Amino acid sequence: MSEINLSVNLCGIQLTNPTILASGILGTTKALLKRVAENGAGAVTIKSISVESREGHKNPTVITFEAGMLNAVGYSNPGVDVAAREFTNLQDVGVPVIASVIGTQKEDFVRVVEGLSFQKFSAIEIPLSCPHTPGFGLLAGQGTPQATFDITSAVRKVTKLPIFVKLSPNIPEICTIAKAAEDAGADAITAVNSMGPGMIINIEAQKPILSFKVGGVTGDALRPIAVRCVYDLYKAIKIPIIGVGGISTGRHAIEMIMAGASAVGIGTGVYSRGIDVFRKVCEEISQWMQENGFDSIKSIIGAAHD
Amino acid sequence: MIEQPMMVKICDIQEESPGVKTFFFKLNLNFEPGQFVMVWIPLLDEKPFTISYIQKGHVGISVLKRGVFTNAIHSKKIGDMLGIRGPYGRGFSLKLDSNSCVVGGGIGMASLATLVDRLNLVVDKQRGHVTVIQGARTAAEIIYQKRFRDMKLCTEDGTAGFRGTTVDLIKDLLKKQRFRKVYTCGPEKMLYKVVELCGEHGIECEVSLERYIKCGFGVCGQCDCSGQRVCIDGPIFNIQELSRMEDFGKITITKTGARVMQ
Repeated sequence: MSEINLSVNLCGIQLTNPTILASGILGTTKALLKRVAENGAGAVTIKSISVESREGHKNPTVITFEAGMLNAVGYSNPGVDVAAREFTNLQDVGVPVIASVIGTQKEDFVRVVEGLSFQKFSAIEIPLSCPHTPGFGLLAGQGTPQATFDITSAVRKVTKLPIFVKLSPNIPEICTIAKAAEDAGADAITAVNSMGPGMIINIEAQKPILSFKVGGVTGDALRPIAVRCVYDLYKAIKIPIIGVGGISTGRHAIEMIMAGASAVGIGTGVYSRGIDVFRKVCEEISQWMQENGFDSIKSIIGAAHD
Repeated sequence: MIEQPMMVKICDIQEESPGVKTFFFKLNLNFEPGQFVMVWIPLLDEKPFTISYIQKGHVGISVLKRGVFTNAIHSKKIGDMLGIRGPYGRGFSLKLDSNSCVVGGGIGMASLATLVDRLNLVVDKQRGHVTVIQGARTAAEIIYQKRFRDMKLCTEDGTAGFRGTTVDLIKDLLKKQRFRKVYTCGPEKMLYKVVELCGEHGIECEVSLERYIKCGFGVCGQCDCSGQRVCIDGPIFNIQELSRMEDFGKITITKTGARVMQ
């Protein structure tokens, strides 16, 4: 039996495998990050942090449907000062920890990045693409090439850590935005955030279920769109891509890597397959690679391209 | 499985105490004692509640009037609708062959009610007896007094039963009898003391924990307690698990996700 090597080098960060806990799932506390690492994730991302604390939207905030999940959590988070105290001694987590940073304007991103700078984060992710929180992401106009360039440039000036810019699948010109991020000094693109927003109505109540009425769509329904985005981005940009969207099996992960991803984010998969989805996906990747004669992740990145 | 609320019609309402009402609806739920459901009022909010009655295709939730949401439930009438999704979480594991004690503090008693029903039904009467303790601040807050006729009561002001805390009462009972297992739900400070006492006496113990719940199915991370998700890994935890959970009895999580002292 040949040795299967699942390790990847993502912008200089050494990961033992390509699975990453996506932002917004389970990343509220250091204890949970550690638990996810123990369940096989190659890296983990904290739940997004803003300057001030936020309670987020009222419940229901997360529901599921036949093909995935719909959420409008509304960026609940304790604010940068409390977060900086929660995420201390990050080496205890056991794998690289990525800080997800949000803001209503570029100065906020800078403040949060600076506020977290004394903790041992391995990278900064800036999602400019949330579809369901007023003041942030798409609802704040952050999903344009100019805004992406400005925010990424501002963050670039205050950190030496790799910067991942997380983009929305909604925008047809995703490659233009990715290029703007690349030009501003981003080290990788995380593709994609949840799509939509979508809505689910309870017909007996005659009302939308989510308290915010609309929410981001993730899971199986998102996967083909995410794969297409990653495929297009792989041709358009030189920096690595973290593929996110509906990955819950090894086959899904390989598909995303073949589209051009260097690593994959997993979020909704925690629901469909449990908190050990990371270990399961890795085992399935290994098995497939073995059966099909591949010995490294690197050898399959972008394999679907002509 | 699709995690969405189903609308159910309230078919009966029963007053348990001046502050607590039980709302009944027709629903077949595969519910284990200790689990919970999410109750939705459209356009308002959604919160976790235990099922406190299971009988012939009907289930009931007992609701203490405490804030905006529970006030809104209390204003519902027979025929009105509520949304229900679940059940969620891991329930109690029952010990059937020895003496056990069920300890409820305040509205925490509601989370234990179907457990008491189940234990009374399945415990081997030759080998074990079920003692039920309910603690409250005052007599008017006692619930299920007719339902569990042998229930031992304690109140802080001495207006019903033993004067003192549930922990004092268990200590008192332990002078005369042995329990092999304690099941408990109530304020976390009380749970902590019950667990401490059980540890000292070598008694098995299971505790129902409460945290602010969002998704209910283990993805959002809102209900963390030392790396355990209360909604799916719990809400029932045993004494061994609790001994590894440093936040138990000390730290909870606010709606913002901040870990704060209780």
